[in-house]
Amino acid sequence: MRGMEQHLLELKGVSKVFRIGGGLGVFRPKTITAVDDISFTIAGDKPSIIALVGESGSGKSTIANMILGLIEPTSGKLLYKGRDVSALLKENRREYIREVQAVFQDPYEIYNPFYKVEHILYMVINKLKLASSKEEADRMIVDAMRSIGLRPEDLLGRYPHQLSGGERQRLMLARILLVKPKLLVADEPVSMIDASLRAIFLDDLMQLRDKLNMSCLYITHDLNIAFYVADRMIVLCYGKIVETGPAHAMIERASHPYTQLLISSIPIPNPDKRWKDKLNVKVETIKDMRAERGCIYQLRCPYVMPICKDKEPPMFHVGQEHEAACFLHD
Amino acid sequence: MSELLRVEDLRVYYRSIWGDYKSVDGVSLAVNPGEVYGVAGESGCGKSTLVEGFLGLVKPPGYVKSGSALFNGSDILKMDHEKLRRLRWKELAYIPQGSMNALNPVIRVQEQMVDAVLAHEKMPKGKANSLAIDSLKQVGLPSEVARMYMHELSGGMKQRVIIAMAMILKPKLIIADEPVTALDVVVQRSILQLIAELRDLHGATVVFVAHDLAAHAEIVDKMTIMYAGKLSEMGSVHDIFNDPLHPYSRALIASIPTVGKKEAKGIPGLAPSPLNWPTGCRFHPRCPYVMAICPKEDPEMKEMAPGRRVACHLFG
Repeated sequence: MRGMEQHLLELKGVSKVFRIGGGLGVFRPKTITAVDDISFTIAGDKPSIIALVGESGSGKSTIANMILGLIEPTSGKLLYKGRDVSALLKENRREYIREVQAVFQDPYEIYNPFYKVEHILYMVINKLKLASSKEEADRMIVDAMRSIGLRPEDLLGRYPHQLSGGERQRLMLARILLVKPKLLVADEPVSMIDASLRAIFLDDLMQLRDKLNMSCLYITHDLNIAFYVADRMIVLCYGKIVETGPAHAMIERASHPYTQLLISSIPIPNPDKRWKDKLNVKVETIKDMRAERGCIYQLRCPYVMPICKDKEPPMFHVGQEHEAACFLHD
Repeated sequence: MSELLRVEDLRVYYRSIWGDYKSVDGVSLAVNPGEVYGVAGESGCGKSTLVEGFLGLVKPPGYVKSGSALFNGSDILKMDHEKLRRLRWKELAYIPQGSMNALNPVIRVQEQMVDAVLAHEKMPKGKANSLAIDSLKQVGLPSEVARMYMHELSGGMKQRVIIAMAMILKPKLIIADEPVTALDVVVQRSILQLIAELRDLHGATVVFVAHDLAAHAEIVDKMTIMYAGKLSEMGSVHDIFNDPLHPYSRALIASIPTVGKKEAKGIPGLAPSPLNWPTGCRFHPRCPYVMAICPKEDPEMKEMAPGRRVACHLFG
């Protein structure tokens, strides 16, 4: 199989439909398509950080939860190193968990307030049988913390409430360093961390990518952070991928009108570069503005054409490894 | 005296069995009519407590240790309950953090707006109704929204309803605490632009509290940066971003990841605890320019130019 490098992760036409309502068999249930026929791959040959970007309700976290095996897709396939994730989870759950780890948004919820903070690290060492003795475990924890730049003498023996959000979240990176996964799913990991500590966390994450040869699916609504940390970006809109490409190409040549809108809406920390124009799209919607037929974005799109109402746009090639689902590029 | 609001040496503490949490510890600022005044700072620095403090809204175990808050020349903190009640909403509107999720889900938008109006001003109900609709239009909402329930609205619309409610009696001063947090970027932009519009078209005066510095850069005129219960620096928004003086402001601005900028530097160290602030300058344990005097003496706010102040020994 020379030249045919295996994908680390591959999503093939994955959809997730949630049903709501439908009580007593009297009411008809409504369905919400959170993730709609999504396909993308994370390459196996070179570690990279891929940012999955979208507004709330775009399906970002649903995708994360499916990769982590917390929910099952309604249709489509998730393949990890070419093998079906749900099968992997059944056969050898521990191995999969060891290779695919997660960091979540809230660094407060994951700690048990009654245990000292290192409990969470010992727990992962015990569960995954990473160390053969208590001494080895101690040493591993101290080493992992040092290489993240945390001072074990300040943190060990303390309770979660005595640590800042940033420290708690970086301790999660120490856990990642212990487990050495191949893929990290990070769901908004810095949204609850103070601005002054965010950059530190993101730099640590980029270091882990290089040190552990680990890829990361970084889920965020914050484009500033996505551009800062990511090698590649995937932009989601109403559960569909509208654009994907290298991060630098996406800033320079955002090709889908939705990506352009997102980028133009980022506040810039420079009072000399304020928004000059008024937002010319209606952003307030009474019902959600996802179109049922054709392009999902047509109702908000300033460039809408007749074809957008009839046909769903496929991904068009707009640059090197850069694709956008928009008929403007036909 | 042109200021609309003048806060003088305000201290708001919270009592606890370990001692007082000195959340706001000697803050002075002045807001002029027709400007958007930004209060920035990281979580826990005392932004929200500052606002509650000068509005007379501190609840036990919190208390106002000292200071005054002159609104149009009279001290809010010395007013009795009745006088305050008449001032609020008509002259002073407060949009607390997260208030867009605090309205009643089973009462129509218009009714809630009318309720608020009638509680603060005597007028026929019909007039209150039309005021409500006018106010909704002013924030760019269609009049149908008046007959809807909050749960039928999107996040951006809810925040607009809240701003419409705050605006309804044409208050002289609006205080908005984190009005765009938890909104998506596009909606965030539309709300920020709405606030700028209220100033530009209707002459509204706004105190804008937000942790996101980029949001400040987009709309505020003057701003202050708060650290550990004190103001570290104030000036025009251009002063702060183009020529930040205080090492904390410099570091904070350098720490924002931005599109196209490939290096952002965090501030090492921890935000201190309000129970036990560091001695002297409160930023000295994290400051790269720390000098011998910094742990010993608390730097005073020094005026560098009119309206431009900084509290740092580097500018002695």
